[in-house]
Amino acid sequence: MRNKRSPPASPATRLAKCPTGINGLDEITGGGLPRGRPTLVCGGAGCGKTLFAAEFIVRGAAQFDEPGVFMSFEETDAELKANVASLGFDLAGLVRRKKILLEHVHIERSEIHETGEYDLEGLFVRLNHAIDSIGAKRVVLDTLEALFAGLPNEAILRAELRRLFRWLKVKGVTAVITAERGLEQLTRHGLEEYVSDCVILLDHRVNDQIATRHLRVVKYRGALHGTNEFPFLIGDDGLTVLPITSLGLNHRVSSQRISTGIPRLDAMLSGKGFFRGSSVLLTGTPGTGKTIIACCFAEAAARRGDRVLFFSFEESPNQIARNMRSIGLRLDPLVDQGLLRFHASRPSLYGLEMHLATMFKEIATFQPDVVVMDPITSLMAAGTDSETKAMVTRLIDYLKGGQITSLFTSLTHGGHSLQQSEIAMSSLMDSWMLLEDFEGNGERNRVLYVIKARGMAHSNQVREFLISNHGIDLVDAYIGPSGVLTGSARAAQTAREKAASLASHQDGARRKRELESKREALERQIGGLRSEYAASADELRQIDRQVGTQTRLLSVERSELERLRHADVSMPERERGKPIEEKKR
Amino acid sequence: MKRAKPAMPRRAAFSSKSAEFWYLRLYVVGETPRSLAAFSNLTKICESHLEGRYNIEVIDIANHTQFANGDQILAIPTLVRRLPHPVRKIIGDLSDTERVLVGLNLRTAG
Repeated sequence: MRNKRSPPASPATRLAKCPTGINGLDEITGGGLPRGRPTLVCGGAGCGKTLFAAEFIVRGAAQFDEPGVFMSFEETDAELKANVASLGFDLAGLVRRKKILLEHVHIERSEIHETGEYDLEGLFVRLNHAIDSIGAKRVVLDTLEALFAGLPNEAILRAELRRLFRWLKVKGVTAVITAERGLEQLTRHGLEEYVSDCVILLDHRVNDQIATRHLRVVKYRGALHGTNEFPFLIGDDGLTVLPITSLGLNHRVSSQRISTGIPRLDAMLSGKGFFRGSSVLLTGTPGTGKTIIACCFAEAAARRGDRVLFFSFEESPNQIARNMRSIGLRLDPLVDQGLLRFHASRPSLYGLEMHLATMFKEIATFQPDVVVMDPITSLMAAGTDSETKAMVTRLIDYLKGGQITSLFTSLTHGGHSLQQSEIAMSSLMDSWMLLEDFEGNGERNRVLYVIKARGMAHSNQVREFLISNHGIDLVDAYIGPSGVLTGSARAAQTAREKAASLASHQDGARRKRELESKREALERQIGGLRSEYAASADELRQIDRQVGTQTRLLSVERSELERLRHADVSMPERERGKPIEEKKR
Repeated sequence: MKRAKPAMPRRAAFSSKSAEFWYLRLYVVGETPRSLAAFSNLTKICESHLEGRYNIEVIDIANHTQFANGDQILAIPTLVRRLPHPVRKIIGDLSDTERVLVGLNLRTAG
């Protein structure tokens, strides 16, 4: 019976791991449980120890072709089969095919009387027989502590347990031993003393009336492992451990841009909208229009032909659809076309991890291109801030891994720390828009800022955000020496500016008219001078002519005189005078 | 009926005093000193209290594992009182005669 198989070969090789097949656990432990060694799984009542063990065995047989023995000290074979059937595994079939052997060990304290020395060789024989009959590689003992209740002599029991674990190691099977959580130690009966290779602690905590399960690898000899507490959940397909950073930061990125559904908002985001696959945070105080912007985005995406999944934590789908009709957004046709899908649930319905799992499942089945969560802050009611942050991180990881654009709205409460309260979450986001109320002049007006938008030159301007019955519009807020003006103050300022501009316009026209008439006067003056000039030129010509006539007359007169006086001198003068005379003639 | 270890002879006797017939089964693993001691202790007790109306069957579960499962045997040695009802289990080498008698309901406790 004591099968003396040589212990696992060279210790120099790296610790061999035995994959559990449990979602997420193999990532945390770097490949699974230590192969050929016992692992202790401890936890309080109802935290999933038996399920953990059952999944280890069932997945081992079904996925890794490693037959397993499930030795149960609490549940009968029939009970076990029923329990595992809920995981969607065909345990009965695996048992029939001799992949799994269920062995129920029943101890009834009242039937047992102790008389002298004994050992647990019977258990060893049965276990050995079970292992050998199907060639098991995996063994579960659930839970050994029943022995402490059934057998009175603890000294013998402890000695035998020590021998059992040593024997399991020699046998070379990978064993999972479950144990009840103790008050001051990991297990009620100190089993961790014997199982020293790997200890996993399961925990089921209630915070604010909402229960969350956690898993922690307390110890893993010879291997690196995640030391955090990881939330895990029990769903239709067994346990899912949710490593916070399972996906790392190496998502594929897209440079494709998608519209926000609001043209002016697109314009603020360097004209094209968000990057596909990015995460967007929309924070705002109550009543600032977060849901409306989210719906605009969703509607625009669905109209483009993207598949949109809308998680609503506050309003029912019908209520959202009705409210959006009032601003001219018709969501029903998109829902009917199957492009838009609402998933509404109360945040307090279940714990965060369950929410996350539900979301993962919805996302996996609907395969959306765009996911909207309205509002993510409601989930804080279901967990602490740090838990919510961890959850959002995982969610964003998951969405980015699938190139899904996500928009989260976040409710901030009035006061001074509008932005501070979101710091934890905002650092995870690629784009962040802030909606705010401006109060003044007896009215509240909404304004919108783009606080950050990774990878694009976004506008630094404040925009006033108007909701009318035909949708959303963004208008430039008035920025003047007295600060930002919105609403009627902005309208009044605009009117004032209009009046001022009218006045200056009129003033200009008047000055123009003045100048015009001045110019006309000058022109008239120029006309007068010009006619005066013409007149004097005329006169000058007249004078010239008169002078010429007089000269001729004079010379005629003179030659007449000479002729009369018979003068014979000054011929040249005669000659000279002649042509003139002839010319004149 | 069931194969007993040849080294340990089966003893059966019918009592005239009582109609009750005792049917006992002793589970052992191999011929260890402890199992031999248990057998001899049991024989002694039976001879003195149940003379002629008992049957002891010794089963070595190393060879007959299925019996161990049926009777839910963990500790070795285990004595099972199969008849008269109810079934009772006594573990250990039966060296504490008083406790064996109480366990077998041959003497009331205290």
